Amino acid sequence: MIVKREKLNLWERLYGPAIVDGFKVTLRHFFFGKTVTMQYPEEKWTVPEGYRGAPYLVKDPEGRTKCVSCQLCEFVCPPKAIRITPPGPVVDTTTGNVEKRPKEFEIDMLRCIFCGYCQEVCPEEAIFLMKDYSLTGQSRAEMVYDKEKLLALGGVHQDKIWKWKNK
Amino acid sequence: MNNLDQIFVYAKYWLLSQLPGGVQSLVSIVLDIIAIIAVFGTCFALTTILERKGLGRIQNRYGPNRVGPCGLLQPMADAIKMLTKEDIVPFAADKVVHYLAPLVLTVPIWLAFSVIPFGREMSAIDLDAGVLFFFAVGGASELAVFMAGWSSRNKYSLVGAMRAIAQMISYEVPLVLATIPVIMLSGSLNLNKIVEAQSGYAFGVAQWNVFTPWGFAGFFLFLIAATAESNRSPFDLPEGESEIIAGFLTEYSGFKYALFFLGEYLGLFAVTALSVTLFLGGWHAPLQVLEFLPSWFCFFVKFAAIIAVFIWVRGTVPRLRFDQLLNFSWRFLVPLTLVNLLVAVVWHFTSLGAGLDQSLRWLISAAMIVPAYVYFGRALSPNRPTRIYQYAE
Repeated sequence: MIVKREKLNLWERLYGPAIVDGFKVTLRHFFFGKTVTMQYPEEKWTVPEGYRGAPYLVKDPEGRTKCVSCQLCEFVCPPKAIRITPPGPVVDTTTGNVEKRPKEFEIDMLRCIFCGYCQEVCPEEAIFLMKDYSLTGQSRAEMVYDKEKLLALGGVHQDKIWKWKNK
Repeated sequence: MNNLDQIFVYAKYWLLSQLPGGVQSLVSIVLDIIAIIAVFGTCFALTTILERKGLGRIQNRYGPNRVGPCGLLQPMADAIKMLTKEDIVPFAADKVVHYLAPLVLTVPIWLAFSVIPFGREMSAIDLDAGVLFFFAVGGASELAVFMAGWSSRNKYSLVGAMRAIAQMISYEVPLVLATIPVIMLSGSLNLNKIVEAQSGYAFGVAQWNVFTPWGFAGFFLFLIAATAESNRSPFDLPEGESEIIAGFLTEYSGFKYALFFLGEYLGLFAVTALSVTLFLGGWHAPLQVLEFLPSWFCFFVKFAAIIAVFIWVRGTVPRLRFDQLLNFSWRFLVPLTLVNLLVAVVWHFTSLGAGLDQSLRWLISAAMIVPAYVYFGRALSPNRPTRIYQYAE
Protein backbone atom coordinates (compact mmCIF):
# COMPACT_ATOMS: atom_id res chain seq x y z
CA MET A 1 0.00 0.00 0.00
CA ILE A 2 1.39 3.36 -0.99
CA VAL A 3 0.13 6.47 0.75
CA LYS A 4 0.61 9.57 -1.34
CA ARG A 5 1.56 12.74 0.41
CA GLU A 6 -1.19 15.30 -0.07
CA LYS A 7 -0.15 18.39 -1.95
CA LEU A 8 -0.96 21.44 0.15
CA ASN A 9 -2.09 24.64 -1.45
CA LEU A 10 -0.69 28.03 -0.59
CA TRP A 11 -3.29 28.76 2.11
CA GLU A 12 -2.53 25.49 3.85
CA ARG A 13 1.19 26.04 3.64
CA LEU A 14 0.96 29.38 5.42
CA TYR A 15 0.66 27.56 8.78
CA GLY A 16 -1.06 30.55 10.33
CA PRO A 17 -4.63 29.67 9.24
CA ALA A 18 -4.21 26.05 10.28
CA ILE A 19 -3.02 27.06 13.72
CA VAL A 20 -5.94 29.49 14.07
CA ASP A 21 -8.29 26.62 13.25
CA GLY A 22 -6.71 24.62 16.04
CA PHE A 23 -7.24 27.48 18.46
CA LYS A 24 -10.88 27.63 17.45
CA VAL A 25 -11.31 23.94 18.25
CA THR A 26 -9.85 24.27 21.74
CA LEU A 27 -11.88 27.41 22.40
CA ARG A 28 -15.05 25.55 21.43
CA HIS A 29 -14.17 22.76 23.83
CA PHE A 30 -13.40 25.27 26.54
CA PHE A 31 -16.76 27.00 26.37
CA PHE A 32 -19.15 24.38 25.02
CA GLY A 33 -17.34 21.10 25.65
CA LYS A 34 -19.33 18.64 27.70
CA THR A 35 -17.31 17.33 30.61
CA VAL A 36 -17.16 13.57 30.37
CA THR A 37 -15.27 12.89 33.59
CA MET A 38 -17.02 10.55 36.03
CA GLN A 39 -16.69 11.69 39.63
CA TYR A 40 -15.59 8.22 40.64
CA PRO A 41 -16.09 7.59 44.32
CA GLU A 42 -19.44 9.41 44.32
CA GLU A 43 -20.79 8.22 40.99
CA LYS A 44 -19.97 4.79 39.76
CA TRP A 45 -20.38 3.13 36.41
CA THR A 46 -22.86 0.36 35.80
CA VAL A 47 -20.90 -2.83 35.53
CA PRO A 48 -21.91 -4.66 32.34
CA GLU A 49 -23.17 -8.25 32.27
CA GLY A 50 -20.39 -10.78 31.85
CA TYR A 51 -17.88 -8.51 33.56
CA ARG A 52 -15.02 -10.41 35.10
CA GLY A 53 -14.53 -9.04 38.59
CA ALA A 54 -13.48 -10.80 41.74
CA PRO A 55 -14.12 -14.59 41.97
CA TYR A 56 -16.44 -15.64 44.79
CA LEU A 57 -17.91 -18.96 45.89
CA VAL A 58 -21.66 -19.51 45.62
CA LYS A 59 -24.19 -21.64 47.50
CA ASP A 60 -27.00 -23.61 45.97
CA PRO A 61 -30.63 -22.60 46.72
CA GLU A 62 -30.67 -24.92 49.71
CA GLY A 63 -27.76 -23.13 51.28
CA ARG A 64 -25.12 -25.77 50.62
CA THR A 65 -21.64 -24.98 49.51
CA LYS A 66 -21.49 -26.02 45.89
CA CYS A 67 -17.74 -26.47 45.82
CA VAL A 68 -16.74 -30.14 46.02
CA SER A 69 -13.07 -29.46 46.62
CA CYS A 70 -11.91 -30.97 43.35
CA GLN A 71 -9.02 -28.47 43.22
CA LEU A 72 -9.26 -27.97 39.47
CA CYS A 73 -9.41 -24.22 39.97
CA GLU A 74 -6.35 -24.34 42.20
CA PHE A 75 -4.58 -26.25 39.46
CA VAL A 76 -5.61 -23.97 36.62
CA CYS A 77 -5.12 -20.67 38.43
CA PRO A 78 -2.29 -18.88 36.52
CA PRO A 79 -1.03 -16.72 39.42
CA LYS A 80 -1.63 -19.46 41.99
CA ALA A 81 -3.99 -17.27 43.98
CA ILE A 82 -6.31 -20.10 45.06
CA ARG A 83 -5.45 -22.47 47.87
CA ILE A 84 -7.83 -25.26 48.82
CA THR A 85 -7.52 -27.45 51.88
CA PRO A 86 -9.49 -30.69 51.19
CA PRO A 87 -11.54 -32.24 54.02
CA GLY A 88 -9.56 -35.50 54.13
CA PRO A 89 -11.19 -38.82 55.00
CA VAL A 90 -13.47 -37.37 57.68
CA VAL A 91 -17.14 -37.69 56.65
CA ASP A 92 -19.43 -34.84 57.51
CA THR A 93 -22.75 -36.42 58.40
CA THR A 94 -24.66 -33.20 58.96
CA THR A 95 -25.09 -32.38 55.29
CA GLY A 96 -26.65 -35.58 54.10
CA ASN A 97 -25.41 -37.78 51.30
CA VAL A 98 -23.62 -35.15 49.22
CA GLU A 99 -20.12 -34.89 47.94
CA LYS A 100 -17.17 -33.68 49.93
CA ARG A 101 -16.59 -29.98 50.47
CA PRO A 102 -13.45 -27.94 51.11
CA LYS A 103 -12.22 -27.56 54.64
CA GLU A 104 -10.75 -24.22 53.70
CA PHE A 105 -10.83 -22.22 50.49
CA GLU A 106 -8.63 -19.16 50.18
CA ILE A 107 -8.20 -16.70 47.33
CA ASP A 108 -5.39 -14.18 47.60
CA MET A 109 -7.01 -11.17 45.96
CA LEU A 110 -3.64 -9.48 45.64
CA ARG A 111 -2.50 -12.29 43.35
CA CYS A 112 -5.75 -12.89 41.50
CA ILE A 113 -5.74 -11.52 37.97
CA PHE A 114 -9.49 -11.92 37.39
CA CYS A 115 -8.87 -14.16 34.39
CA GLY A 116 -11.93 -16.32 34.94
CA TYR A 117 -10.19 -19.68 34.39
CA CYS A 118 -11.51 -20.94 37.73
CA GLN A 119 -15.08 -20.21 36.70
CA GLU A 120 -14.47 -21.84 33.34
CA VAL A 121 -12.89 -24.98 34.74
CA CYS A 122 -15.29 -25.53 37.66
CA PRO A 123 -17.37 -28.71 37.03
CA GLU A 124 -19.87 -27.78 39.76
CA GLU A 125 -20.49 -24.13 38.83
CA ALA A 126 -19.40 -23.22 42.32
CA ILE A 127 -17.16 -20.25 41.64
CA PHE A 128 -18.16 -17.19 39.65
CA LEU A 129 -16.48 -13.94 38.71
CA MET A 130 -18.75 -11.28 40.20
CA LYS A 131 -18.95 -7.59 39.54
CA ASP A 132 -16.67 -6.35 42.31
CA TYR A 133 -13.62 -4.60 40.89
CA SER A 134 -12.40 -2.38 43.70
CA LEU A 135 -11.14 -4.53 46.54
CA THR A 136 -9.34 -2.74 49.32
CA GLY A 137 -7.76 -3.71 52.60
CA GLN A 138 -5.42 -2.45 55.28
CA SER A 139 -2.98 -5.35 55.14
CA ARG A 140 -1.89 -8.22 52.93
CA ALA A 141 -3.42 -10.75 55.30
CA GLU A 142 -6.76 -8.98 55.02
CA MET A 143 -6.69 -9.41 51.25
CA VAL A 144 -6.59 -13.19 51.50
CA TYR A 145 -10.30 -14.04 51.44
CA ASP A 146 -11.25 -17.23 53.26
CA LYS A 147 -14.17 -19.59 52.67
CA GLU A 148 -16.71 -17.80 54.88
CA LYS A 149 -15.97 -14.45 53.32
CA LEU A 150 -16.07 -15.82 49.77
CA LEU A 151 -19.37 -17.59 50.43
CA ALA A 152 -20.88 -14.52 52.05
CA LEU A 153 -19.83 -12.31 49.17
CA GLY A 154 -20.88 -14.85 46.52
CA GLY A 155 -24.38 -15.42 47.85
CA VAL A 156 -26.84 -17.93 46.48
CA HIS A 157 -26.75 -19.05 42.87
CA GLN A 158 -30.19 -19.76 41.39
CA ASP A 159 -29.57 -23.11 39.69
CA LYS A 160 -31.87 -24.67 37.11
CA ILE A 161 -30.81 -28.12 38.16
CA TRP A 162 -30.83 -28.94 41.85
CA LYS A 163 -28.23 -31.61 41.77
CA TRP A 164 -28.34 -32.72 45.37
CA LYS A 165 -32.04 -32.32 46.00
CA ASN A 166 -33.00 -35.98 45.95
CA LYS A 167 -29.85 -37.54 47.21
CA MET B 1 -10.59 58.29 40.64
CA ASN B 2 -7.10 59.49 41.35
CA ASN B 3 -7.25 58.21 44.91
CA LEU B 4 -8.10 54.69 43.84
CA ASP B 5 -5.50 54.88 41.11
CA GLN B 6 -2.74 55.82 43.54
CA ILE B 7 -4.05 53.94 46.58
CA PHE B 8 -1.00 51.71 46.91
CA VAL B 9 1.41 54.59 46.38
CA TYR B 10 -0.37 56.67 49.04
CA ALA B 11 -0.48 53.71 51.40
CA LYS B 12 3.23 53.23 51.02
CA TYR B 13 4.03 56.91 51.62
CA TRP B 14 1.70 57.04 54.61
CA LEU B 15 3.47 54.03 56.09
CA LEU B 16 6.85 55.62 55.44
CA SER B 17 5.78 58.91 57.03
CA GLN B 18 5.15 57.04 60.29
CA LEU B 19 8.78 56.00 60.45
CA PRO B 20 11.92 57.93 61.40
CA GLY B 21 13.72 59.52 58.46
CA GLY B 22 16.81 57.34 58.69
CA VAL B 23 15.15 54.05 57.80
CA GLN B 24 12.66 55.39 55.26
CA SER B 25 14.68 54.61 52.15
CA LEU B 26 15.45 51.10 53.34
CA VAL B 27 11.86 50.39 54.35
CA SER B 28 10.67 51.78 51.03
CA ILE B 29 12.75 49.17 49.19
CA VAL B 30 11.60 46.39 51.52
CA LEU B 31 7.96 47.37 51.00
CA ASP B 32 8.43 47.21 47.22
CA ILE B 33 10.00 43.79 47.51
CA ILE B 34 7.22 42.50 49.77
CA ALA B 35 4.57 43.85 47.41
CA ILE B 36 6.13 42.21 44.36
CA ILE B 37 6.67 38.88 46.11
CA ALA B 38 3.15 38.87 47.53
CA VAL B 39 1.44 39.79 44.27
CA PHE B 40 3.37 37.48 41.99
CA GLY B 41 3.46 34.68 44.54
CA THR B 42 -0.33 34.82 44.58
CA CYS B 43 -0.34 35.01 40.79
CA PHE B 44 1.77 31.84 40.72
CA ALA B 45 -0.66 29.98 42.96
CA LEU B 46 -3.66 31.22 41.00
CA THR B 47 -2.12 30.50 37.63
CA THR B 48 -1.24 26.91 38.51
CA ILE B 49 -4.80 26.13 39.54
CA LEU B 50 -6.46 28.11 36.74
CA GLU B 51 -4.14 26.59 34.18
CA ARG B 52 -5.01 23.10 35.30
CA LYS B 53 -8.70 23.97 35.35
CA GLY B 54 -8.49 25.61 31.92
CA LEU B 55 -6.59 22.73 30.36
CA GLY B 56 -9.16 20.44 31.91
CA ARG B 57 -11.99 22.34 30.25
CA ILE B 58 -10.19 22.22 26.91
CA GLN B 59 -9.82 18.46 27.27
CA ASN B 60 -13.43 18.00 28.48
CA ARG B 61 -12.39 17.25 32.06
CA TYR B 62 -13.02 19.01 35.35
CA GLY B 63 -9.45 19.58 36.40
CA PRO B 64 -8.64 19.62 40.11
CA ASN B 65 -11.90 19.92 42.07
CA ARG B 66 -11.32 18.10 45.34
CA VAL B 67 -9.48 20.54 47.60
CA GLY B 68 -11.65 23.41 48.80
CA PRO B 69 -14.48 24.99 46.79
CA CYS B 70 -14.07 24.05 43.12
CA GLY B 71 -10.56 22.85 43.94
CA LEU B 72 -9.36 26.38 44.52
CA LEU B 73 -7.22 25.36 47.48
CA GLN B 74 -5.26 22.95 45.32
CA PRO B 75 -2.15 25.22 45.33
CA MET B 76 -2.09 24.94 49.14
CA ALA B 77 -2.23 21.17 48.94
CA ASP B 78 0.49 21.21 46.29
CA ALA B 79 2.66 23.45 48.45
CA ILE B 80 2.26 21.23 51.51
CA LYS B 81 3.03 18.17 49.45
CA MET B 82 6.12 19.75 47.90
CA LEU B 83 7.44 21.03 51.22
CA THR B 84 7.01 17.76 53.06
CA LYS B 85 8.49 15.59 50.34
CA GLU B 86 11.87 14.01 50.77
CA ASP B 87 14.63 16.03 49.15
CA ILE B 88 16.69 13.50 47.23
CA VAL B 89 20.16 14.48 46.06
CA PRO B 90 21.90 11.93 43.82
CA PHE B 91 24.98 10.36 45.34
CA ALA B 92 27.19 11.33 42.40
CA ALA B 93 25.79 14.84 42.06
CA ASP B 94 27.85 17.98 42.50
CA LYS B 95 26.08 18.85 45.73
CA VAL B 96 26.84 22.55 45.92
CA VAL B 97 25.87 23.32 42.35
CA HIS B 98 22.88 21.05 42.62
CA TYR B 99 21.77 23.02 45.64
CA LEU B 100 22.42 26.43 44.09
CA ALA B 101 20.76 25.90 40.72
CA PRO B 102 17.14 26.50 41.81
CA LEU B 103 18.19 29.63 43.68
CA VAL B 104 20.12 30.95 40.71
CA LEU B 105 17.02 30.44 38.61
CA THR B 106 14.53 32.04 40.97
CA VAL B 107 16.36 35.02 42.45
CA PRO B 108 17.28 36.92 39.26
CA ILE B 109 13.76 36.52 37.94
CA TRP B 110 12.42 38.38 40.98
CA LEU B 111 14.85 41.16 40.04
CA ALA B 112 13.29 41.41 36.59
CA PHE B 113 10.02 42.58 38.13
CA SER B 114 11.72 45.58 39.71
CA VAL B 115 11.76 47.64 36.50
CA ILE B 116 8.22 46.90 35.31
CA PRO B 117 5.71 49.74 35.82
CA PHE B 118 2.62 48.05 37.25
CA GLY B 119 0.64 51.28 37.36
CA ARG B 120 1.01 55.02 37.32
CA GLU B 121 4.06 55.80 39.49
CA MET B 122 4.24 52.13 40.39
CA SER B 123 7.60 50.72 39.38
CA ALA B 124 10.05 49.65 42.03
CA ILE B 125 13.04 51.21 40.30
CA ASP B 126 12.78 53.88 37.60
CA LEU B 127 15.83 52.56 35.79
CA ASP B 128 16.98 54.31 32.62
CA ALA B 129 18.26 51.06 31.13
CA GLY B 130 15.15 49.12 32.18
CA VAL B 131 14.82 46.90 29.14
CA LEU B 132 18.52 46.15 29.17
CA PHE B 133 18.36 45.27 32.87
CA PHE B 134 15.39 43.02 32.24
CA PHE B 135 17.16 40.99 29.57
CA ALA B 136 20.38 40.94 31.56
CA VAL B 137 18.80 39.32 34.62
CA GLY B 138 16.66 37.13 32.36
CA GLY B 139 19.88 35.75 30.89
CA ALA B 140 20.76 34.19 34.25
CA SER B 141 18.15 31.49 33.80
CA GLU B 142 20.30 29.81 31.15
CA LEU B 143 23.10 29.46 33.66
CA ALA B 144 20.74 28.02 36.27
CA VAL B 145 19.35 25.46 33.86
CA PHE B 146 22.80 24.33 32.86
CA MET B 147 23.90 24.19 36.49
CA ALA B 148 20.94 21.94 37.21
CA GLY B 149 21.61 19.70 34.24
CA TRP B 150 25.35 19.41 34.77
CA SER B 151 25.37 18.96 38.54
CA SER B 152 22.76 16.18 38.50
CA ARG B 153 25.21 13.85 36.75
CA ASN B 154 22.46 12.22 34.82
CA LYS B 155 22.41 11.94 31.07
CA TYR B 156 18.77 12.89 30.79
CA SER B 157 19.42 15.99 32.86
CA LEU B 158 22.38 16.90 30.71
CA VAL B 159 20.50 16.38 27.44
CA GLY B 160 17.62 18.43 28.83
CA ALA B 161 19.96 21.21 29.87
CA MET B 162 21.68 21.22 26.46
CA ARG B 163 18.33 21.45 24.76
CA ALA B 164 17.29 24.25 27.08
CA ILE B 165 20.47 26.23 26.41
CA ALA B 166 20.23 25.81 22.64
CA GLN B 167 16.58 26.81 22.73
CA MET B 168 16.91 29.77 25.07
CA ILE B 169 19.86 31.24 23.22
CA SER B 170 18.11 30.79 19.88
CA TYR B 171 14.97 32.48 21.10
CA GLU B 172 16.70 35.24 23.00
CA VAL B 173 17.67 36.68 19.61
CA PRO B 174 14.15 37.15 18.19
CA LEU B 175 12.90 38.20 21.62
CA VAL B 176 15.32 41.10 21.78
CA LEU B 177 14.98 41.88 18.08
CA ALA B 178 11.21 42.13 18.50
CA THR B 179 11.76 44.59 21.33
CA ILE B 180 14.10 46.87 19.38
CA PRO B 181 11.42 48.63 17.24
CA VAL B 182 9.66 49.67 20.45
CA ILE B 183 12.86 51.07 21.89
CA MET B 184 13.69 52.82 18.62
CA LEU B 185 10.34 54.49 18.25
CA SER B 186 9.84 55.51 21.85
CA GLY B 187 13.47 56.59 22.03
CA SER B 188 14.16 55.18 25.45
CA LEU B 189 15.18 52.03 27.28
CA ASN B 190 13.25 53.24 30.32
CA LEU B 191 10.06 51.22 30.65
CA ASN B 192 8.21 54.14 32.25
CA LYS B 193 9.05 56.30 29.23
CA ILE B 194 7.98 53.52 26.88
CA VAL B 195 4.60 53.44 28.61
CA GLU B 196 4.34 57.21 28.42
CA ALA B 197 5.08 57.08 24.69
CA GLN B 198 1.95 54.97 24.28
CA SER B 199 -0.34 57.41 26.08
CA GLY B 200 -2.97 59.47 24.34
CA TYR B 201 -6.05 58.46 22.42
CA ALA B 202 -6.98 58.78 18.77
CA PHE B 203 -10.75 58.67 18.18
CA GLY B 204 -11.18 57.37 21.72
CA VAL B 205 -8.92 54.36 21.16
CA ALA B 206 -5.56 54.09 22.86
CA GLN B 207 -2.41 54.52 20.83
CA TRP B 208 -0.61 51.41 21.87
CA ASN B 209 2.28 49.96 19.96
CA VAL B 210 0.20 46.91 19.09
CA PHE B 211 -2.08 49.13 16.98
CA THR B 212 0.73 49.91 14.56
CA PRO B 213 1.80 47.44 11.86
CA TRP B 214 5.28 46.92 13.31
CA GLY B 215 3.85 46.66 16.80
CA PHE B 216 1.20 44.18 15.69
CA ALA B 217 3.73 41.91 14.00
CA GLY B 218 6.24 42.54 16.76
CA PHE B 219 3.74 41.62 19.45
CA PHE B 220 3.12 38.21 17.96
CA LEU B 221 6.79 37.59 17.31
CA PHE B 222 7.52 38.65 20.88
CA LEU B 223 4.85 36.35 22.29
CA ILE B 224 6.14 33.36 20.32
CA ALA B 225 9.71 34.03 21.39
CA ALA B 226 8.54 34.58 24.96
CA THR B 227 6.76 31.21 24.97
CA ALA B 228 9.98 29.53 23.94
CA GLU B 229 12.06 31.61 26.32
CA SER B 230 9.98 30.54 29.29
CA ASN B 231 10.10 26.88 28.18
CA ARG B 232 6.39 26.55 27.79
CA SER B 233 4.41 24.28 25.55
CA PRO B 234 4.73 23.96 22.52
CA PHE B 235 8.39 24.74 23.11
CA ASP B 236 8.82 22.68 26.28
CA LEU B 237 11.39 20.36 24.78
CA PRO B 238 13.84 20.70 27.66
CA GLU B 239 11.29 18.82 29.74
CA GLY B 240 9.95 16.58 27.01
CA GLU B 241 8.63 13.76 29.19
CA SER B 242 8.25 11.34 26.33
CA GLU B 243 11.93 11.52 25.42
CA ILE B 244 14.05 12.64 28.36
CA ILE B 245 11.92 12.04 31.48
CA ALA B 246 11.86 15.60 32.84
CA GLY B 247 15.03 17.05 31.36
CA PHE B 248 17.10 19.06 33.79
CA LEU B 249 14.44 18.57 36.47
CA THR B 250 14.90 14.79 36.54
CA GLU B 251 17.03 14.66 39.68
CA TYR B 252 15.14 17.33 41.57
CA SER B 253 12.46 16.67 44.12
CA GLY B 254 10.60 18.35 46.93
CA PHE B 255 11.21 22.00 47.55
CA LYS B 256 13.95 22.39 44.94
CA TYR B 257 11.60 21.10 42.28
CA ALA B 258 8.97 23.56 43.53
CA LEU B 259 11.51 26.37 43.20
CA PHE B 260 12.18 25.40 39.58
CA PHE B 261 8.48 25.35 38.96
CA LEU B 262 8.16 28.76 40.59
CA GLY B 263 11.06 30.12 38.58
CA GLU B 264 9.52 28.92 35.36
CA TYR B 265 6.21 30.59 36.09
CA LEU B 266 7.88 33.77 37.32
CA GLY B 267 9.83 33.89 34.06
CA LEU B 268 6.55 33.62 32.23
CA PHE B 269 5.04 36.41 34.35
CA ALA B 270 8.04 38.65 33.85
CA VAL B 271 8.04 38.28 30.11
CA THR B 272 4.26 38.73 30.02
CA ALA B 273 4.52 41.90 32.08
CA LEU B 274 7.18 43.11 29.67
CA SER B 275 5.01 42.37 26.65
CA VAL B 276 2.14 44.29 28.24
CA THR B 277 4.47 47.19 28.89
CA LEU B 278 6.07 47.20 25.47
CA PHE B 279 3.12 46.55 23.21
CA LEU B 280 -0.14 46.86 25.12
CA GLY B 281 0.41 50.32 26.56
CA GLY B 282 1.38 49.23 30.05
CA TRP B 283 -1.13 50.58 32.52
CA HIS B 284 -3.07 52.73 30.04
CA ALA B 285 -6.76 52.02 29.60
CA PRO B 286 -7.73 50.67 26.17
CA LEU B 287 -10.50 53.24 25.54
CA GLN B 288 -10.79 56.86 26.55
CA VAL B 289 -14.12 56.17 28.25
CA LEU B 290 -12.44 53.58 30.46
CA GLU B 291 -9.84 56.00 31.72
CA PHE B 292 -11.51 56.17 35.14
CA LEU B 293 -10.26 52.64 35.88
CA PRO B 294 -7.23 52.43 38.18
CA SER B 295 -4.01 52.06 36.22
CA TRP B 296 -2.89 48.94 38.09
CA PHE B 297 -6.24 47.34 37.33
CA CYS B 298 -5.77 47.91 33.60
CA PHE B 299 -2.29 46.46 33.80
CA PHE B 300 -3.36 43.29 35.56
CA VAL B 301 -6.35 42.74 33.28
CA LYS B 302 -4.01 42.77 30.29
CA PHE B 303 -1.57 40.63 32.21
CA ALA B 304 -4.25 38.05 32.99
CA ALA B 305 -5.45 38.09 29.39
CA ILE B 306 -2.00 37.25 28.06
CA ILE B 307 -1.51 34.53 30.67
CA ALA B 308 -4.85 33.09 29.52
CA VAL B 309 -3.55 33.10 25.94
CA PHE B 310 -0.46 31.21 27.08
CA ILE B 311 -2.67 28.59 28.73
CA TRP B 312 -4.79 28.41 25.58
CA VAL B 313 -1.66 27.89 23.48
CA ARG B 314 -0.55 25.14 25.83
CA GLY B 315 -3.87 23.40 25.42
CA THR B 316 -3.80 23.65 21.64
CA VAL B 317 -0.41 23.27 20.02
CA PRO B 318 1.55 20.02 20.16
CA ARG B 319 5.23 19.91 20.98
CA LEU B 320 7.75 20.57 18.21
CA ARG B 321 10.64 18.40 17.15
CA PHE B 322 13.99 19.87 18.10
CA ASP B 323 15.28 20.64 14.60
CA GLN B 324 11.92 22.22 13.81
CA LEU B 325 12.28 24.31 16.94
CA LEU B 326 15.67 25.69 15.98
CA ASN B 327 14.71 26.13 12.33
CA PHE B 328 11.63 28.02 13.43
CA SER B 329 13.76 30.45 15.37
CA TRP B 330 16.66 30.99 12.99
CA ARG B 331 14.89 30.67 9.67
CA PHE B 332 11.54 32.21 10.49
CA LEU B 333 11.46 34.38 13.59
CA VAL B 334 14.84 36.07 13.22
CA PRO B 335 14.36 37.12 9.56
CA LEU B 336 10.83 38.29 10.33
CA THR B 337 11.95 40.40 13.28
CA LEU B 338 14.59 41.95 11.03
CA VAL B 339 11.95 42.76 8.42
CA ASN B 340 9.83 44.14 11.22
CA LEU B 341 12.68 46.42 12.17
CA LEU B 342 12.61 47.78 8.63
CA VAL B 343 8.84 48.23 8.82
CA ALA B 344 9.26 50.24 12.00
CA VAL B 345 11.81 52.46 10.30
CA VAL B 346 9.53 53.07 7.33
CA TRP B 347 6.60 53.76 9.66
CA HIS B 348 8.67 56.25 11.60
CA PHE B 349 9.93 58.19 8.61
CA THR B 350 6.64 58.27 6.73
CA SER B 351 5.06 59.99 9.70
CA LEU B 352 7.68 62.74 9.89
CA GLY B 353 6.93 65.30 7.26
CA ALA B 354 6.00 62.97 4.42
CA GLY B 355 2.40 63.44 5.46
CA LEU B 356 1.17 60.19 3.99
CA ASP B 357 -2.33 58.95 4.48
CA GLN B 358 -2.67 56.51 7.43
CA SER B 359 -4.12 53.71 5.32
CA LEU B 360 -1.29 54.10 2.81
CA ARG B 361 1.23 53.71 5.59
CA TRP B 362 -0.53 50.55 6.70
CA LEU B 363 -0.49 49.26 3.12
CA ILE B 364 3.22 49.90 2.76
CA SER B 365 3.91 48.10 6.03
CA ALA B 366 1.71 45.18 5.09
CA ALA B 367 3.41 44.98 1.71
CA MET B 368 6.67 44.48 3.54
CA ILE B 369 5.69 42.08 6.29
CA VAL B 370 3.14 39.81 4.60
CA PRO B 371 5.34 38.64 1.68
CA ALA B 372 8.14 38.09 4.17
CA TYR B 373 5.81 35.95 6.29
CA VAL B 374 4.67 33.95 3.27
CA TYR B 375 8.21 33.49 1.97
CA PHE B 376 9.81 32.47 5.25
CA GLY B 377 6.82 30.39 6.23
CA ARG B 378 6.98 28.42 2.99
CA ALA B 379 10.72 28.08 3.26
CA LEU B 380 10.21 26.20 6.55
CA SER B 381 8.81 23.24 4.62
CA PRO B 382 11.35 22.76 1.83
CA ASN B 383 10.29 21.20 -1.44
CA ARG B 384 11.46 17.68 -0.92
CA PRO B 385 10.74 15.05 -3.55
CA THR B 386 7.41 13.40 -2.87
CA ARG B 387 8.01 10.92 -0.11
CA ILE B 388 6.57 7.49 -0.69
CA TYR B 389 5.48 5.52 2.34
CA GLN B 390 5.69 1.78 1.86
CA TYR B 391 4.23 -0.75 4.19
CA ALA B 392 4.33 -4.51 4.07
CA GLU B 393 1.39 -5.90 2.18
